[in-house]
Amino acid sequence: MLKIHVDMDKCQHYGQCVFEAPTVFALNDDDKLEYHATADDSELENVERAIDVCPMQAIAFAK
Amino acid sequence: MIRPIVIVGASMGGLRAAESLRKGGYTGGLVVIGDEPHAPYNRPPLSKEVLAEQVDHAAVAFPIPPVLEDVEWVLGSPVASADLEAQSVTTAGGRVIEYSALVIATGLRPRRLELAQMPARGTHAIRTLDDAMALRSELIPGARVVVYGAGFIGCEAAATARKLGADVTVIGKGPVPLLRPLGLQLASDIQARQEAHGVKFVMNSNLARIEGTDTITGVVLDSGVTLPCDVLIEAIGSEPNVEFLHGNDIDIDDGIHVDATLHALRANGQPWDNVFAIGDVARFPIPQFCETTRRVEHWNIPTEMARKVGQILSATMTENPALADHLAKPFAPIPSFWSDQFEVSLLAYGLLDQADDIRLLEGAVGENCVYGYFKGDSMVGVCGIGMRSKIMGYRNSVGLVA
Repeated sequence: MLKIHVDMDKCQHYGQCVFEAPTVFALNDDDKLEYHATADDSELENVERAIDVCPMQAIAFAK
Repeated sequence: MIRPIVIVGASMGGLRAAESLRKGGYTGGLVVIGDEPHAPYNRPPLSKEVLAEQVDHAAVAFPIPPVLEDVEWVLGSPVASADLEAQSVTTAGGRVIEYSALVIATGLRPRRLELAQMPARGTHAIRTLDDAMALRSELIPGARVVVYGAGFIGCEAAATARKLGADVTVIGKGPVPLLRPLGLQLASDIQARQEAHGVKFVMNSNLARIEGTDTITGVVLDSGVTLPCDVLIEAIGSEPNVEFLHGNDIDIDDGIHVDATLHALRANGQPWDNVFAIGDVARFPIPQFCETTRRVEHWNIPTEMARKVGQILSATMTENPALADHLAKPFAPIPSFWSDQFEVSLLAYGLLDQADDIRLLEGAVGENCVYGYFKGDSMVGVCGIGMRSKIMGYRNSVGLVA
């Protein structure tokens, strides 16, 4: 199980992570980021890519 | 001794290349050489948070993952020359480092004014953390700031300086700021929003002269008008860092020419098997958007190129049969960028400057909006203010219709 944390003070809701890991991250109707704080290990690669493409470098995870 | 893979450039592209090599299973030697003294950090905050807040390197540094703990970082050490036949690079300090493969991620440097008289203090560019930290100490309330250049860095720096209480004037060559990257509609909209916050624009103008011997006191435009100035921010474009390659058989006209798998090319167009270029310095084919090769100075490009090169090189080094797949698949990114200026939050996908027709798709001028950028029947880009979900919905539609 992956534990995911987004620093919401840093997050500017660019949504770049949504393309990389759409089962974990989404923009809601107000264009604000929402995410699941846990994800299956099979999402590891997608989450790593989401971390890389975050313009604000706001995403972290732990296994 | 087995030669390491050498990455020249210790910014985002160099870091991501190292990560991708390890991820692909390459366990051999890795040397990353950087001209700045700092470990890799994120540059977009330099025109915003780093100017506005008292943050330091730690606030913008990229985390270095454990898989990179055995990388040799050679920082504060520009590479002076390379010998691609002998497979070595030489640092400015005279150290010769031989490589098995070379990844070039040397990026850009700001173009600087070359005027007959330049004062010792008060003129700035924004590319490095040290640049931004030197500038911010002068961005004080009431300071008369002139920004020369009306592209993204200039406009973002202008907004930041204004928010800090400075008296800000932007000088631009074109009729409106951001014309080339955004087109007239959004560019005019953003100018109006900047002006509503008190930023002044003097367009269709060039800077002819700077006044002040020790510290800058004013700038003189080609119209003859003089603007008093305490701080000049030069934001007039960039030059690729390729000089260290002079003397080699490599095409470095407007950046390093690479093929669809990011191998650097010789003058005759034949690739070097073990030399790659990534990021701002690379000029690459991007046939989904335009017919010519070009550099793309958007933030997502170095990471995507680094991933591709890491896959190819690690598969080569580990004799992984996946190499053939990596080589068969051309690099085909969707460029993306964003920009924040006051309340304006821009997001874009594609290559907007390829468009010959720009249409309002959603929202309204002066409010939240989405524009489509078209070339014939193809949408080559999408860009908007606010409306993130709407903009993202068009991302997979951008590109030339085959």
